[in-house]
Amino acid sequence: MTEREASPTGGSAEGGSVDAPLVEAPADAVAGEVVLRLTDVVKTFPGVRALDGVQLEVRAGEVHCLLGQNGAGKSTLIKVLSGVHRPDAGQVEWRGDPVTFANPQAAMRAGIATIYQELDLVEDLSVGENAFLGHEPRRFGFVRRGHMARRTRQILGRLGHAEIPPNRMVRALPAAGKQVVSMARALSHEARLIIMDEPSAVLAHDEVGNLFRIIRELTAQGIAVIYISHRLEEIREIGDRVTVLKDGRTTAANLPARDTPTRDLVNRMTGRTIEYVFPERPVAATTADADLLEVEGLTRAGEFADVSLRVRPGEIVGIAGLVGSGRSELLETIYGARRPEAGTVRMAGRALRPGSVGAAVRAGMGMAPEERKSQALLLGEPIYRNVTLATFARYARAGFTDTGRERAEADRVAESLELRPRDVRRPVRTLSGGNQQKVVVGRWLLGDTRLLLLDEPTRGVDVGARAELYQVIRTLAERGVGVLLVSSEVPEVLGLADRVLVMREGRVVREAPAGELDENTVLDLVMAGSLMEGAAA
Amino acid sequence: MSDVTDTSTPERPAQLPAQSPPVDPAETAAAEQRAGGRLSWWRGEGGEGARRNLWLIGVLVALIVIGVITRPDLYGDSSWVWSNILVILKLASVVGVVTVGMTFVIIGGGIDLSVGAIVALAGVWATTVATQSYGAGGMIFCALAVGLCVGLVNGVLISYGRLVPFIATLAMLVAARGLAAELSDKQTQVSDNATINGIASTNLFGIPLLVYILAAVVLAGWVLLNRTTFGRRTVAVGGNPEAARLAGIDVKRHTVLLYALSGLCCGIAAIMLTAQATSAQAAMANLYELDAIAAAIIGGTLLSGGRGTIIGSLLGVIIFSTITNLFAINGLTTEAQNMVKGGIIVAAVLVQQVQFRSLTQFLGRNRLTTN
Repeated sequence: MTEREASPTGGSAEGGSVDAPLVEAPADAVAGEVVLRLTDVVKTFPGVRALDGVQLEVRAGEVHCLLGQNGAGKSTLIKVLSGVHRPDAGQVEWRGDPVTFANPQAAMRAGIATIYQELDLVEDLSVGENAFLGHEPRRFGFVRRGHMARRTRQILGRLGHAEIPPNRMVRALPAAGKQVVSMARALSHEARLIIMDEPSAVLAHDEVGNLFRIIRELTAQGIAVIYISHRLEEIREIGDRVTVLKDGRTTAANLPARDTPTRDLVNRMTGRTIEYVFPERPVAATTADADLLEVEGLTRAGEFADVSLRVRPGEIVGIAGLVGSGRSELLETIYGARRPEAGTVRMAGRALRPGSVGAAVRAGMGMAPEERKSQALLLGEPIYRNVTLATFARYARAGFTDTGRERAEADRVAESLELRPRDVRRPVRTLSGGNQQKVVVGRWLLGDTRLLLLDEPTRGVDVGARAELYQVIRTLAERGVGVLLVSSEVPEVLGLADRVLVMREGRVVREAPAGELDENTVLDLVMAGSLMEGAAA
Repeated sequence: MSDVTDTSTPERPAQLPAQSPPVDPAETAAAEQRAGGRLSWWRGEGGEGARRNLWLIGVLVALIVIGVITRPDLYGDSSWVWSNILVILKLASVVGVVTVGMTFVIIGGGIDLSVGAIVALAGVWATTVATQSYGAGGMIFCALAVGLCVGLVNGVLISYGRLVPFIATLAMLVAARGLAAELSDKQTQVSDNATINGIASTNLFGIPLLVYILAAVVLAGWVLLNRTTFGRRTVAVGGNPEAARLAGIDVKRHTVLLYALSGLCCGIAAIMLTAQATSAQAAMANLYELDAIAAAIIGGTLLSGGRGTIIGSLLGVIIFSTITNLFAINGLTTEAQNMVKGGIIVAAVLVQQVQFRSLTQFLGRNRLTTN
């Protein structure tokens, strides 16, 4: 990363000419001093030991990475640190003193800020108003707008983003800019520890470098960062030390982030010796079969143009492409959730009514959309009702639902997907991301789905659950189901699909069997000519 | 990790200020506690609704206790107590029927402001000279058909015309009352049909026929919501319309059906109300929409959709008519009564949101220490 050398100048230079007490490197935060120490922290919920003896030691000025599968206790740990939960046992030492935070505000005041994956900003307030939300500089009850804008500008300068105007509405900023505002808010509280929950998940590939540059600026000022990510290569690049959690326990503490072998890290997370396990492809793909899905000249202005593709029964076809290349829109149009302007979609030879999801589902299509929570799940409803959301009418007799049968069917699906927890009467809300995804995919294991459309099936899903999902997808294909898969992760498309289509700016630029492509070729095709939106600025 | 990002939880927008941390701690804690341990009926599926209804019964008991304290003379007489219970139920019957339809619409993510106007229009249409000439059957058919059709128009405007439910049904409120005034020439139309009028005065085994009608509608509504695919679709469409659509549910058609159902309930209510008054006029069933919405909300139906119970709504209606009755037997004005009703609405919602969450937590904590 070349940004590393180029960056720290702007921020610290501006930091010197500050009149208000800003976030200067805390004087007592000698680099390497332990700011946070957790000893045998336990947090129990009825029936679940979410944290079962966590050790964690974070030093000032370091990036401490937290690794663990979904359900390992990372989110509970964050909530303990940010004052949402109080530990049942064990000790949290913050800058030398044992503490218990009564609420999130107390943690914030003590200097622990948390940046959640989905940023908690008010879209219709300005950058400055967001940064100082809840503790606006005031005089006689009036907000000192000029003062606030000045201090915001200073903070943004420290973050190396002096170009963001403090009076700009947050709504107008790209995702990367919003993340900077979240960090500015943390700095406005003079945070000494910033917890980042999968910050790169909302960013496009080229924006991650910028995030890392900001993190380096923060640590150079003596601020400690707890960094959570599922992407091992990021941890290698930005992390100093790694703590691994498994089943609520620390299984490894303070490993060097750069030179601990991947195999070791994955081992400690999973107890397994494999990293990304793609199930083996069957030796000879069935070529004799007639096409299951035929898409001809499908077009939607501004999204994609003249896309034609075929999927045979039992075949996994992968679509590789960047966010914004039109891949998700294409999938939704095939599924009938969007109406095409031109082109046809045929299932097993019969043309589908355009723009009708019902027709697509009746023809045997199923889709797992990109956004699980907003597009696929009824969070407050029990697991089984989510699993049978597309099929409950089939189990019904004369319009009367058969919940017993539904539960039994959902149980069967839960069993085959190794859903955790297994009790299908629990609300889906209580499941981890990976398990929620299993519910969404599992929905289409019921009924007679012949073609499964998967949009980013492993986003936010940990390594272990990924391997399980890959296996499920491959098993489905072996049973003759056609799969059309969209993913931003090139290795996933290459490892899982039989045939790959590369999309760029709404067009298919290459189609080939997966064996004939490698990661670099695909990345070249995907990126070529796309001078990315430059949104980071 | 992802429960941290749980911003799409249906109950959040209603109660949380936007700037606070992205997770309501109590909400998460409750969710996590629900995740723990064995699921009994009390803590498991449906238990939440049952707990809420228990609370409503508690309020009802409190109201009766207030009645006993303020009028010990009346409550000392057991035959009066029985007849007073029937008075309260009869009072609740018409709004109760409307509320059942309203509950479906709200669970399905909508709102129907036109219910009072539909009752008036259906009542007026059923009592025109021309309709009355077809006899009781003709009048009942007319009221039901008018209610159903107006509901269908609402639904089509909302589903296919893409109007916001609030706007569409507000327009219908104005228009339907206008049409009712036009039809009746602003006169009170007297019902001459003895069968219709008899609906309000007939008692079966000492219980008014109106109460049986309410019971039948409530029972049918409960079965429809909890035991049929229609009810399942209603919850899905209200809880997450996009997920419902992508699962192959025809959200638009279902939305039309929900408003049609509400209209049908209004048609039934129109006959009941006409029978009670032995007449109909354009101004009848005034502000029923507010009573029905308030009763549904008190009963625990989420205004943003996806959650609600028929029994809760019924209890909401009965609580309201009990308050009316309480004020009547104490000789107090309706003005004072309305103020109390307003307070009850606020208190009920507050209690459901705050109190119950902490009670759940409290129970969870006890469980933990006894284990």
